Amino acid sequence: MTQSAQPAARPEPPSAGLPDPGGFDPAAAAARATEAILADTLRGTARGVVVDSPPGAGKSTLVVRAARELAAAGEPLMIVAQTNAQVDDLADRLATADPELPVGRLHGSDSPPDPALRRHPSIAASTSVAELRDRPVVIATAAKWAYVRDTEPWRHAIVDEAYQMRSDALLQVAGLFERALFVGDPGQLDPFSVVGAEQWAGLSWDPSASAVVTLLAHNPDLPQHRLPVSWRLPATAAPLVSRAFYPYTPFCSGTGPGERRLAFGVKGDGGGLDRVLDEAAESGWGLLELPPRHTPRTDPEAVRAVARLVRRLLERGGTTWSAPGPGPAPLTASRIAVGTAHRDQAAAVRAALAEAGVDGVAVDTANRLQGREFDVTVVLHPLSGRPDATAFHLETGRLCVLASRHRHACLVVCRAGVPELLDEHPSSEPVRLGVTVKFPDGWEANHAVLAHLAEHRIRWTL
Amino acid sequence: MQTLARAEAVAAGRAVPAATVRHTHLGERPVVLVPLTTAGEAGAPLGAMVGTDRDEPTLLVVPQPLDRELRFGFFAGLASVLLPVLAEYADDTEVEPATRNREETELCADAPQIVVPNTAALEYVRLVGRSTRFLRTVEDPDAPHPVPVPVPLLGRWLTHYAERARTPGSALLLALTSVLTRHWTTGQSAMEDQHLGALLAWIDPPAGLDGPAGAARAQTGRGPDGLLLSPPAGPATDPVFDNRVLAPALTRYDRARAAGDGPATAGAEAEVRRLVASQLRPTWDDVWRGLDLLRALPEGGHVAERWKRDRWSFTGHRDRVRAGEPPQPKRDDAVTAAQKLAGRETAQARLMAQEALDDPLAMAARRLGGEAFAGTVTGVEMAYSEGRRPMPRPLVTLATPDLPQAEPGAKAYRAVPGARSAQTAALVSVLPLDAGGAEDGAGEGPGPAWSVTVRLTGGMGSGRTPKEGSVPEPGAAVAFTLFEHDPRGGPALPEAELTPWTHGGPPGAATGAPGPADSPDPVTPEDYL
Repeated sequence: MTQSAQPAARPEPPSAGLPDPGGFDPAAAAARATEAILADTLRGTARGVVVDSPPGAGKSTLVVRAARELAAAGEPLMIVAQTNAQVDDLADRLATADPELPVGRLHGSDSPPDPALRRHPSIAASTSVAELRDRPVVIATAAKWAYVRDTEPWRHAIVDEAYQMRSDALLQVAGLFERALFVGDPGQLDPFSVVGAEQWAGLSWDPSASAVVTLLAHNPDLPQHRLPVSWRLPATAAPLVSRAFYPYTPFCSGTGPGERRLAFGVKGDGGGLDRVLDEAAESGWGLLELPPRHTPRTDPEAVRAVARLVRRLLERGGTTWSAPGPGPAPLTASRIAVGTAHRDQAAAVRAALAEAGVDGVAVDTANRLQGREFDVTVVLHPLSGRPDATAFHLETGRLCVLASRHRHACLVVCRAGVPELLDEHPSSEPVRLGVTVKFPDGWEANHAVLAHLAEHRIRWTL
Repeated sequence: MQTLARAEAVAAGRAVPAATVRHTHLGERPVVLVPLTTAGEAGAPLGAMVGTDRDEPTLLVVPQPLDRELRFGFFAGLASVLLPVLAEYADDTEVEPATRNREETELCADAPQIVVPNTAALEYVRLVGRSTRFLRTVEDPDAPHPVPVPVPLLGRWLTHYAERARTPGSALLLALTSVLTRHWTTGQSAMEDQHLGALLAWIDPPAGLDGPAGAARAQTGRGPDGLLLSPPAGPATDPVFDNRVLAPALTRYDRARAAGDGPATAGAEAEVRRLVASQLRPTWDDVWRGLDLLRALPEGGHVAERWKRDRWSFTGHRDRVRAGEPPQPKRDDAVTAAQKLAGRETAQARLMAQEALDDPLAMAARRLGGEAFAGTVTGVEMAYSEGRRPMPRPLVTLATPDLPQAEPGAKAYRAVPGARSAQTAALVSVLPLDAGGAEDGAGEGPGPAWSVTVRLTGGMGSGRTPKEGSVPEPGAAVAFTLFEHDPRGGPALPEAELTPWTHGGPPGAATGAPGPADSPDPVTPEDYL
């Protein structure tokens, strides 16, 4: 990767506000941010508060804390999340953090809550909001809230993953609350629609836009906060993710260099797979580069490479040290994930893993890995083997999700030639009047990530 | 599948079918509209051929496209063709019986269908609608540039048609190239498929030529006079035609008109009409030929159901016009936009499901994608649900070449002949079939490779024994889909007056200055350059 591949007129991200790693206390910075958010939420006058949170910055912790404090202040609260899994997870965290707090879990008749929630006596589940109305906290998906009618509005709401919520979904539920705390990660995948919505592009209430975009377009004076520290991403990953995907809102890692460690019980045999594993254990990143070739989406060689890499990763018996957590922990299959761009790729990897006798590794697309966390991730690069770079594959959020799920190391499997492919396909999305241009664009973010990965590259042939 | 079909089309030298049935409603008497615009002047019409009779199109020509009066005359001419047709259908109604959610309602028995050559022409229809629906007519004494009375009404109808065309599966306003490419796959790119002449050459090559040669001739073949043998289907014209032929004719017309020479003006106008007609007629004939090709396909099972929705749409707009409602607003408000988007998403899901159910080729794509599986029943094991009243929940196992991409527990659906809604089932297990079973199908494509078991959960009546015919017998061919057959829309949106604060509050409630989009652009020094 040469410098010339970088765009010439690249705007320099402002360095002001970038936390200084030396003498900087991430815990204190995060605590200050949280206090400011809670002050605005509990005692502020604005109807809404927006919180931008980079990957793993303690968003859920913030939601739980805000919910508890609002409940303690006697303010009835509704929580809106986007998927049933997110709702179950939040309910579980709330009940674990405060077993005394009565929580209502509102759900659809077709989607009963996770049976695991039954171990919390403080959670009551129902399909009818009337049965839960007396509980201080009621939690449901946006889709379920949209069916709630004819009820007194709640004083407060927390909208989780607000950047993944579509504007029309917010329109359906916004009548249910008076004030709201919107929490989300602006760098992840934008909501989308299966039908064209160009006709509304540029309107402040474009129904296919993100809820936060609409909210801020109509209420530009709302207080906006951001969480400055990623507790998930290791010191090796936070600078790259911050630079590539959040150039104007930098954040840092909550752990210092060397505090997170990954080591293998079995020494490397010098083969390509082992060398890339050692590289990733050492530096947090590894790129396994296959020979250049145009392939179908479910590139059989790349899929096999992913499967063998995962198997080798497990065979070598990894151990992780996660400061500030206690002692070493074994790296098990449940702590590993494989991320792909397409569902058929995920299916192919799943089949290859089953064939290789590997069980328990999460394999999914970027859309479904959003919000989840693992120790090590193996990523099949979205542009690997492609003859073209479409807007789908270039989408900033897709790469950002894939490159920010890990606590220790991220391994990327990719065919050679992606930088050249990018140079042949500069992004050509039409610019629309009235639409805020999103920075950075996927093209540039892809280049930034590839340039970094090139330093951790191991060439390999099956 | 598309890529494979394109490769097959290249190898065969002609288009290959992409559908076994016709997925689009075709009216008995569609209105065909072929518009042409003036180069360099967005929205200025040059002429059009319009009508319901393929042998006698109405030709409308603007002899000087830059003249506003003549342009309004063109719109009035278009209105005089289209509005009588619309009125005729609007008066022919039937009564739709009352249902649980609706009183007895009047519904137009049929709706006029407009067919344009390509998506660019469809965009042009939208543009004409937008530019004419707010115009003030000669009935308004203060109007600075009054237009003939029916023009704004035409604009409202065209706007409605163009807006309806954005709904997946609707057929009120069709772009012929889109319909043709849904039913045939050519060996050229999607971009090239927008050229109606080339597309038709691939589907139905002219005598003595194959698809690629016919398409090349349609795209670039020029006669001895330098003009294209097959003029572009518009709305843009061939620049060579513009420069060599049309421009001199327009100049002659201008000169004669300026001189006040009546006979010479009429002669020059007739010449422009002849020239424009020469560009329109081949496309006009192509559109009808394309419709003939489509008519040869049998209509898909759900097409009539979708057309009924179009009839509702037509009836609804008729009622709004009759009730004296104002024209459609310039921009949708937040609630309307969200409603439209939700409606279209439902329509898209419904269209995809219905096409798959109507057409084995469409279903094949879904099966390849792991969204459906079809095969032969190998075993049925009776089982019952637990509870006070045990219900039949039989386990059905089938051998299939398809690998469903879903976790156990996922919902599956099966179309049962004669049943009103799909039978529901839950996926139980997906196991690889042992090699012995796969050999039966050897030689004739891939044999069954998977043994899929589902538990039927509905559609068997309310008795303790399943209704007759509701549980498939061993040996029967069945198909399950993992998508719903009749997806429903989501919850209702708030009323526009209750638009929440997050979306700017109710429309019209002036919370401050009008939005930037509503105020005119500020005048800058560049405006006077």
